[in-house]
Amino acid sequence: MKCQLCGHADAVIHIKEVRNDAVTELHLCEKCAREKGFHSMLDQGKASLASQFIWMAENLYPEGSAKLSGVQCSDCGLHYSEFMRTGRLGCASCYVDFGAQLKHLLRRVHGSVRHVGKAPGKDGHLYERRQRVQKLHEDLQRAIEREEYERAAALRDEIRALDATRADSPSAAPSPGEGGGGEDGEA
Amino acid sequence: MNDSGSQGRGAEAQGQGGGLKTSLPVAEMLQGEGLWFHEQGPLQDAILSTRVRLARNLKGHRFPPRALAEELDRIMQRVSQGLAQVPEFAQTELYPMESLGALERQFLLERHLASHDLARDGRHRGLAFSADERAAVMVNEEDHLRIQVLRAGFQLDECYAQANRIDDSLEAQLEYAFFDDFGYLTACPTNVGTGMRASVLIHLPALVLTGKIKKVLAGVGQVGLAVRGFYGEGTDVLGNFFQISNQITLGEKESQTLLNLERVIHQVLDYEEKARDVLLKDAGDQVRDKVMRALGALGHAHMLSSEEVIGLASAVRFGVTLELSGCPRVRTLNEILLCAQPAHLQLMAGHEMSSRERNVQRARWIRERLAAKGC
Repeated sequence: MKCQLCGHADAVIHIKEVRNDAVTELHLCEKCAREKGFHSMLDQGKASLASQFIWMAENLYPEGSAKLSGVQCSDCGLHYSEFMRTGRLGCASCYVDFGAQLKHLLRRVHGSVRHVGKAPGKDGHLYERRQRVQKLHEDLQRAIEREEYERAAALRDEIRALDATRADSPSAAPSPGEGGGGEDGEA
Repeated sequence: MNDSGSQGRGAEAQGQGGGLKTSLPVAEMLQGEGLWFHEQGPLQDAILSTRVRLARNLKGHRFPPRALAEELDRIMQRVSQGLAQVPEFAQTELYPMESLGALERQFLLERHLASHDLARDGRHRGLAFSADERAAVMVNEEDHLRIQVLRAGFQLDECYAQANRIDDSLEAQLEYAFFDDFGYLTACPTNVGTGMRASVLIHLPALVLTGKIKKVLAGVGQVGLAVRGFYGEGTDVLGNFFQISNQITLGEKESQTLLNLERVIHQVLDYEEKARDVLLKDAGDQVRDKVMRALGALGHAHMLSSEEVIGLASAVRFGVTLELSGCPRVRTLNEILLCAQPAHLQLMAGHEMSSRERNVQRARWIRERLAAKGC
């Protein structure tokens, strides 16, 4: 089998991703695999998750990658292109500044873009409430789309009631895409 | 035979760490009892170990790959103070990896306490581990903190419970980088969310021998789990040992991730059992012969390489599952897998050794270990 990128050398690295019954395959020669960042696979015979991630960013969302290629993190100064090379982000702000493209990738890798697990205990109860409000906003949006107006009204009341009780709570932790009602604020 | 075994152990003990400068308590570690791999774990003949690790970063600091040296050193100091308040680490210290020699770092890797990356480059990085070596915290690896708990056999809930307690204790003193949407922030987005990677090191000889393993592993891959080799990310699978771990860290609660993994592991064990029944029915004598030959080689060879030992230990482990007489205890096999590795052998001997010398020393150590009483 020939390399899918250069088309002449023999493919030595074969990557297959199966998610929700959609199969994505990539066959690369050694040179192209190195250029695409599959070093660990070549050196140790195994693909790292990070290199799969980079491959997906470049091949499944080329427009997003191209748009961000010159973007730099406002805090640590990491260029998006550097992230694409290493698969590593530089700081918390990278999650905000590269947010839109990251969400595509995170959805692809994890099947979700929203954390539902443990939260730091210090504001754990506030976190739970914020999660609840966000979920209600999503349900409300869905109810409106389906023209389930009675349910929408009930959801709206529930959101108002929760909002009324949070007068004393500090504002939510800075978080990309939050408060927009939808899961993908940037969409 | 038993006498010669115990004399051999004594001689090694005298030599431990002798010619090497090390700040690690190598002698205690090599002789120690009550370590995680000495315990009896559930389903221990099929499952070597269970590990849960949590990735965490400190708020207000760049992630390690992007941080400057002074920042990393400040993080080391903050974590060191934080660890002093955690019961598991109160009596131990945070070892700066750069203070250790290459052999000690390799030893920690073989011990499953340090990652490849931490063993390779120790600059501005640290490692703390509990006396029983169950709990460890790597500092400034890919993330500021990698909290890990390792136990023998199948103990997902127990590992998570301990890792979670350590996490709570540390969080009480160190503020973590956390966003509502993304959860715990990590340098690599494949870990973001819970930051939790739970993994099980499982032994599947019958599925390998019957050629069914590919199909089973492909199935595992389709339900959001990853399969890796014996030594974690970036190595080949050796000796029918497979590490199965969760890939998803975002959009799923820790409890759900653990439950999914547990279910899949039980399913894989069912497949293994069915394959074993088929194998014994079709080729019982050949399988028993393979096991007994492996036992013979482990107990009598003059030279053994690391890879050979993994293969032979796998065959003998299969013998334990089949309840064949003459096989050692699972605990002994676990000890052999761990302690017959290159850095272990050299630290026991107290000097560096060539590959050939190691192969001779490895064979001798295993012979004596298998000849020891109650092995």
